[in-house]
Amino acid sequence: MSTPPTQCEISMTVNGEKKTVHAFPMARLLDVLREHLRLTGVKEGCGEGECGSCSVLMDGNLVNSCLIPILQTQGSNIVTVEGLAQGPQLEKLQQALLDCGGAQCGICTPGILMAARYLLNRKPRPTLEDIREGLSGNLCRCTGYAQICDAVAEASVRENAL
Amino acid sequence: MTSEQIIGKAVPRKEGWDKVTGRAQYIDDITMPGMIYGATVRSSIPRGIIRNITFPPHIPWDEFVIVSASKDIPGKNLITLILDDQPCLADGVVNHPEEPILLLAHSNRYLLRKAVDAVVIEYDPLPAIFTIAESENRAQIIWGTDNIFKTYLVEKGNVDSIWNDAAYIVEGEYTTEAQEQLYIENNGMIAQYDSSHGITVWGSLQCPYYVHKALMMLCNLPEDKVRVVQTETGGAFGGKEEYPSMIAGHAALLAMKSGKPVKIVYDRMEDMTATTKRHPSRTRHRTAVDRNGKILGGEIDFVIDGGAYATLSSVVLSRGTIHAGGPYYWPHIRIRAKAVATNAPPHGAFRGFGAPQSLFAMELHMERIAAAVGISSVEIRKRNFLQPGQTTTTDQVIREPIDLSRLLDRALELSDYQAKKNLFDIHNKTASQKKAIGIAAFLHGAGFTGSGERYLASVVGVEGLPDGRVRVLVSSTEFGQGTKTVLSQIAAETLRLPYEDVEMAQPDTETVPNSGPTVASRTAMVVGKLVQSAARGIMQTLLASGSLNESYSREDFLAACRKYVAEHGELKSWARYEAPPDIFWDDQRYRGEAYAAYAWAVYIAEITLDLATYTVTVDDFVALQEVGKVLHPVLARGQITGGVAQGIGYALYEKVVWNNGRMQNGQMTNYIMPTSADLPPIRVYFEELGNVHGAFGAKGIGELPMDGPAPAIVNAVADAAGVRFNSIPLLPEDIFSVVSAAAEEADHVPQGVR
Ligand code: FES
Ligand code: FES
Repeated sequence: MSTPPTQCEISMTVNGEKKTVHAFPMARLLDVLREHLRLTGVKEGCGEGECGSCSVLMDGNLVNSCLIPILQTQGSNIVTVEGLAQGPQLEKLQQALLDCGGAQCGICTPGILMAARYLLNRKPRPTLEDIREGLSGNLCRCTGYAQICDAVAEASVRENAL
Repeated sequence: MTSEQIIGKAVPRKEGWDKVTGRAQYIDDITMPGMIYGATVRSSIPRGIIRNITFPPHIPWDEFVIVSASKDIPGKNLITLILDDQPCLADGVVNHPEEPILLLAHSNRYLLRKAVDAVVIEYDPLPAIFTIAESENRAQIIWGTDNIFKTYLVEKGNVDSIWNDAAYIVEGEYTTEAQEQLYIENNGMIAQYDSSHGITVWGSLQCPYYVHKALMMLCNLPEDKVRVVQTETGGAFGGKEEYPSMIAGHAALLAMKSGKPVKIVYDRMEDMTATTKRHPSRTRHRTAVDRNGKILGGEIDFVIDGGAYATLSSVVLSRGTIHAGGPYYWPHIRIRAKAVATNAPPHGAFRGFGAPQSLFAMELHMERIAAAVGISSVEIRKRNFLQPGQTTTTDQVIREPIDLSRLLDRALELSDYQAKKNLFDIHNKTASQKKAIGIAAFLHGAGFTGSGERYLASVVGVEGLPDGRVRVLVSSTEFGQGTKTVLSQIAAETLRLPYEDVEMAQPDTETVPNSGPTVASRTAMVVGKLVQSAARGIMQTLLASGSLNESYSREDFLAACRKYVAEHGELKSWARYEAPPDIFWDDQRYRGEAYAAYAWAVYIAEITLDLATYTVTVDDFVALQEVGKVLHPVLARGQITGGVAQGIGYALYEKVVWNNGRMQNGQMTNYIMPTSADLPPIRVYFEELGNVHGAFGAKGIGELPMDGPAPAIVNAVADAAGVRFNSIPLLPEDIFSVVSAAAEEADHVPQGVR
C-alpha cells in the first residue's frame, strides 16, 4: 500500500461565508460539504455524476460535487441548497416548487433546486424545452418531472414579476 | 384555511418546507457520538457451499467488529416475514449472488471498504438456475421439494365447457423482466444498543413494524426492547418494504457486538445489485371468443420468478393473479399461478406488486383477440368490459356504478384518438418515423388482498396536545406520496380544524400504534378511514366532557382540548380496523371480495418509432382514472405522473442485465431511467365516482399508474412496427431483433398475419 497523502488546507466561500477546511486533496467536495461543514442538504444519489442530487453552484456553474476533488475548489465560491433562502423566507423558486408539488420524497430536491437556480440565472424566461433540457442532469424517480417543470416555469413568472 | 376547504384542496405538504430548504434529515444525514460504520461481505457466486473464510494479514483485523452467522446472532438467524426461509447471514451455504455472509464495522469507512474487499471466501459451487423455465424443469431443486414458493388456482364457471362454442381460440405468451425501484436515496440504517433500552434502529423504510418483528426474532429481544424509527425516506416504491429488515438486522447485530452506534448506508451499486427488484414474469393466455368478439372464457397461466427466498412472492403473486383478467367480464375462467425459485437475489415489492405484470399480458392479449376477430382495439374492450352487477374472476360482484365504456370514450376524446389514428395511417405509408397510438384499460384493487386487512387489524390513534392541537399517531410512513399531508387533511376535516392544527407523529414503534404497512395503495383508503374514526373519538370525548358543544369554533376546540389534557393528563382516541360485514373472502378457493374497492383507468400513449435507429419516443400520454374522491389534487396528480414515468421506464428504458444471477449494470450510468428530457407531457385526468369504503370516498391511487403505461406503449409500438411484441423492456436492440425476426419470417408466412 502506498503511504496516505497528506491533508491540504482549502479556503472557499460557502453560502456567503469564508470557510477553511483540511482534507485529503482527492476528497470529494460532496463529502467535505456534508461532513466537514455539515451541509447535509447536498445529497449523494450515485457518486458517479449521473443523478445530480449532489449539484451545487461553484463560481456560478452547476457542478456535481461528487466529481469535484476538494483540491480544485481552492478560492472558489460555492452555493448549496442551504444558501438559497436567506432567513426564514423561502426564495421564490423554493416556494414555487412547494406550491406546484415538485418535491415528493425530497431527496432529489436540493439538486433540482440548484439546477433550476442555475437555469434561471442564465435564462430568466426559459421555455418548457429549456427547462426539460436544463433539468435533464437531475434524476427524480418520484414526480415524472411534470410538476418540477411547472414549478420552474412558475418561479420564472414570479421572479420576473418583481 | 377553514375546515370545509381541506379535503380536495392543495394544502401545503406537511414536511415540504424541510425538503425545499435541505433541512430534512435522511438517514445518511444523521450521525451519533461514537458512531462507526458497518458493511456487508457478500457472496460472489449464485449457489454453493462456503468452504473457508480467510482474513489476509494486510488488514488490521483486530480493529474491526466482525459478525458471523455461527457466532454472533443472539436469536434466530432469520429475517422473519411470511415463510421464514431467508437467513440474515448465510450459514454454510449461499443461494444467490450478493447474499450477506459476514458483517464488518470500523470507524474509518475507507479502511472498511478495503477490508470488505480483502476477505477471501472459498466455495464449493453448486449448479444454479436463473430462469422460470429452468426452475420449472427441476433439473436442480434449489428450494423445497419442487422449486415452488406458492401456487393459486382461481376457477370460475366451467372453462372446459366453452372451447367447442368458440369462433376463435386466441393464444399468447407474454413476458416481463425485472425492474429496479431506483429510489434516489439508497438504503440505510443506524442501530444503537444498550442493555437497558435494548436495540433502536433509525432508517429509511416503509414498514416500521415489519422491521420491529424481524429484530425481535433476530436479536432475541422482547417487544419493548426493540424500537424502530423511520427517518425521512427518499423514495421507496415498494423497494423499502421488506429489505430494510435485513439492513436493520445487520446494523443491529454490529451494534450489539460493538456497543457503539453503527451506520450502514449502501452505495448505489450495492443497493442495485443486492436488494430487491420487480419480479420477472411469464403469462400464457388461451381465450375462447365468440364471433362478435365477446370473451366466452379462458385459461391464464401466470408465473413469477421469486429469486432465491420466498420473501413476499406469495403476496405479489396473489395480486398479480387477481388482476390477471383485467377489467373484463369472464363468464368462465381458470387462472393457475405460481411463484418459483431461482438463484437470483429475492425479487420483491415494487409499486403495482404483480399487477403490472399480469395486466401487461392481458392488455397485449386483447389486441391479439381484436386482430383475430377483426375488430378495433376500442371495440374489443367495449364488448368485454365489466359492468356493475357482473362478477370479477374471483366472483366479486361489482357494486360501484363504473361505466368503463364511457371512461374509454372520454380517454379517446382527450387523446384525439380517432383523428390521430387516421392521420398516422396515412403518414406511416411513406414515413420511416412511424407514429401510432395505443390503449390500455385496467383496474387496481386498493388495500390488502382478501382477508389481508382483517388479519392486519390496523390501529390508529389521534391525541390531543397540551396546546389544544391534535397529533395523528400512525406507523404509516411518508416517502413522497403525501401520507402526512393526506392523513392530516382527513383529521382536520373530521375535527373541523384548520390543517395547520394537525401534526403527524414521527413513525416510531415506541409511540405510534401499528397502522399496518405502508403498501398496497391502502393508506388513504384504509388508514384514512381509521384516522377519521379516531378523530371522531376525540371529538366525542370532548363533547361528552361538557366543555365543547356541537357548533364549536376552532378556538372552542383548542380550549376544550387544552382543558381536557390539563385535567386528565392525556387525551387519546384509538380506532381499530373492522372488516365491513358484506366483505367475504375464501382464502382456500380464492373467491370472494378480493378488494374493498377498485380504481379504474384508461391510458393512451402516442409514440414515434424511428425505423432507422429503432428508438421509441413517447409524444403524448393521457392518463384518465377513477380513484374515488381526490383528496389532494396536486399530490394525486404527482402520484400519477410519477407512476406513469416509471411505467414508461419499465416499457422502454430500464433493463436489468443478468449474469449468473447477478445484475451486471448496477449503476445509474448503465441502468437507464427516463430524464426530464425523455418524457412526454403526461396529461392527468380524474373522474370521481365516490366510494363508501374510504375516508371521504377515497380509494387507492399509488400503484395504479404503474399498470397502464407499458401495455399502452407496447400496443402502440406494435401498431407502428406492424409486428407483435410479447415482452418488455423494449430497448432499441429488442425492437430491432423482433422486427428483423419478423421480416425473416415474412418470407415464409403469408401477409396479413400481424
Ligand atoms: S451523487 Fe453526484 S451525481 Fe449522483
Ligand atoms: S422527489 Fe423523490 S426523487 Fe425527486
